[in-house]
Amino acid sequence: MNITDNCANCPAHNKANLVKLGLSLENVDYVISLAGNPNTGKSTVFNNLTGLHQHTGNWPGKTVSRAEGGFIYNEKRYKVVDLPGTYSLLSTSTDEEVARDFILFGQPDVTVIVADATRLERNLNLVLQILELTDRAVLCVNLMDEAKRNNLEIDIRNLSKELGIPVIPASARRKQGMADLLKAIEEVATGRYICKPHKIKSRSKKLSHAIDILAAKLSETFPGLPNVNWVAMRLLEGDNSITEAVRSGEIGLLHEENSAIQN
Amino acid sequence: MEDTITQAKREEILSTANSVRWDLGTDFHDAIIESIYEDASRIAKKTVKQSGEKEAYSFDLKIDKIVTSKWLGFPLMFLLLAVVFWLTVAGANYPSRLLSSLLIDTLHPILKNLAATIHMPWWLDGVLIDGAYLAMAWVISVMLPPMAIFFPIFTLLEDLGYLPRVAFNMDNLFRKAGAHGKQALTMSMGFGCNAAGVVAARVIDSPRERLIAIITNNFSLCNGRWPTQILIATIFIGGLVPAYLAGFVSAGAVVAIALLGVFFSLVVSWGLSRSVLKGEASSFSLELPPYRPPRILQTLYTSLIDRTIIVLWRAVVFAVPAGAIIWLVANIHVGELSIAEHFIRWSNPFALIFGLNGVILLAYIIAIPANEIVIPTVLMLTVLSTKLAGVGTGSGVMFELDSIEDTANVLHAGGWTLLTGINLMLFSLLHNPCSTTIMTIYKETKSIKWTLVSTFLPIVLGLIVTFFTTQIWYLFH
Repeated sequence: MNITDNCANCPAHNKANLVKLGLSLENVDYVISLAGNPNTGKSTVFNNLTGLHQHTGNWPGKTVSRAEGGFIYNEKRYKVVDLPGTYSLLSTSTDEEVARDFILFGQPDVTVIVADATRLERNLNLVLQILELTDRAVLCVNLMDEAKRNNLEIDIRNLSKELGIPVIPASARRKQGMADLLKAIEEVATGRYICKPHKIKSRSKKLSHAIDILAAKLSETFPGLPNVNWVAMRLLEGDNSITEAVRSGEIGLLHEENSAIQN
Repeated sequence: MEDTITQAKREEILSTANSVRWDLGTDFHDAIIESIYEDASRIAKKTVKQSGEKEAYSFDLKIDKIVTSKWLGFPLMFLLLAVVFWLTVAGANYPSRLLSSLLIDTLHPILKNLAATIHMPWWLDGVLIDGAYLAMAWVISVMLPPMAIFFPIFTLLEDLGYLPRVAFNMDNLFRKAGAHGKQALTMSMGFGCNAAGVVAARVIDSPRERLIAIITNNFSLCNGRWPTQILIATIFIGGLVPAYLAGFVSAGAVVAIALLGVFFSLVVSWGLSRSVLKGEASSFSLELPPYRPPRILQTLYTSLIDRTIIVLWRAVVFAVPAGAIIWLVANIHVGELSIAEHFIRWSNPFALIFGLNGVILLAYIIAIPANEIVIPTVLMLTVLSTKLAGVGTGSGVMFELDSIEDTANVLHAGGWTLLTGINLMLFSLLHNPCSTTIMTIYKETKSIKWTLVSTFLPIVLGLIVTFFTTQIWYLFH
């Protein structure tokens, strides 16, 4: 028997199933956003998935606005949005606002978080913040080759258990791990894998109550606004950009704009 | 009516948030951040294991100790800059000549013949073929080879991880100037293309510092201005020393001009942050990423597609109408003289105060769309105004002389001296950005005021500097 045939028949063989779409983005079935710390290789993952050649560079902060591309996997059309890297969703710089706005109000079907395997602890800070916002996420632990070079071992299964989302090891520069990543994206997008994301437990009763009150008011004023709890939280913290967005009513528009992109 | 209701509702949300905030105390935000860090640290401890004794990135640390060291950091940077320049200049020479012989010596006569056989009116043939086509051919043959060398080298350095080290080295200088340390990154991008540098300023969060980075980006000597610098340096400065030193000295002069640009970038940032854009430099953390072996083939491909072709395309788009205009001003006569000659005669006395001449001023006005066409315009206008017999191919026809000596002869006949050469180099560094950059500045700042400041500030500086070099020159001559 021919060995290549066997490979091609194997469900793990994705090449035949993956069609890179570049920029043709009509009638997409799922929207995926790529988020993560700066310089973890988001753009490299993006290029691998879409076949585009978004400029990549080895310095933090290279992607300044979001880039979009698409691919077909198992007959479903996906749109990928490459977000600027960010260390945190809690402070307010422009990069972070773009990332935040999209995860929050664009409501992607899957958020792929790209993390640097050699700096996992710091990357996890952002992962946990993103998991506060969305229930559907995949963690791609990138730069595994560098981690190996530096004698770092990462317990992928345990990490997945702790975070409650699929975790895929990858070396995007060598195009390794992309098949598994695609499969995980598909499983989360179609709902075959139900994420039970890690949530931070430190809310006092008082805080929970305050959030409930504000969230109810927000839902009433801006019907259909997603993640009202998070918006309420930001208001309590006195976040300027969110406060202004509520005052001017723009927050409702942000939601419409970002979801319009999906269609 | 409905608007006021929803507005009241929105204000109510905000006032509720304000009043509840008092009950919560001030530390609840910190408590949340703390618990995120705690959880992250706990999970990382459980899942990451450092096996073996090797300290992570010991090799990278060793390199960083050298390239960011107090004493070696700057000399290494200059050396690298000089090597990149040298590779670009040396490597671009041959393909440039090849392209120009193909596009200008071979294709241009064919097009002229074609126009003649279909009886195209002489003025249309002039505007289209001698104006627009030649401008495009010039820009391609002069710009494409250096860009196809410079951008990949630059991208390789970027891919390797050198740029953040440059920012690290320069950070202190920029902070003392009241600007953002990341301005070193946007400045480096500007060496390729100022429009790209202006866009790159988005990495700076503070609007004040971003504006400083945008306004001063023009002081990075861009790709389009190198040919001017290199040619003039070779003729006027390389000509001062014996032949075996000429290449070295003229390359040194170009690096000196580039460094002067960095100096002006710092001084102007300092001036702005102490006057109209007052403020303290904000601190930032810049990670020094690990060195990664660059992927050579991919880098070549992306830098050719993303940078070279895009920059070249926009240069061609602007050069074509500029070429047509050059032809027109050289061929439309008012009275005895063409418009170009009128302007040159009229502006000459003014230009001489700054050690320049009317030809240079007119060339810079015509060449606003693309700096690349300054030199051919200067040559064409010099020939036009001095009526040199036997050189050039007619009014308004841009040409490139076959050798540097020919160019030198034309310029000397046009009354050029060492002073004119030096001042042209200075003015090429210190003048308005090209129209693409001006447009990009407007798009990025959305402010007519700051666009005008970015446009005119360098011209004013250029005129001041050339005025002083001229006066000092005359003191000694």
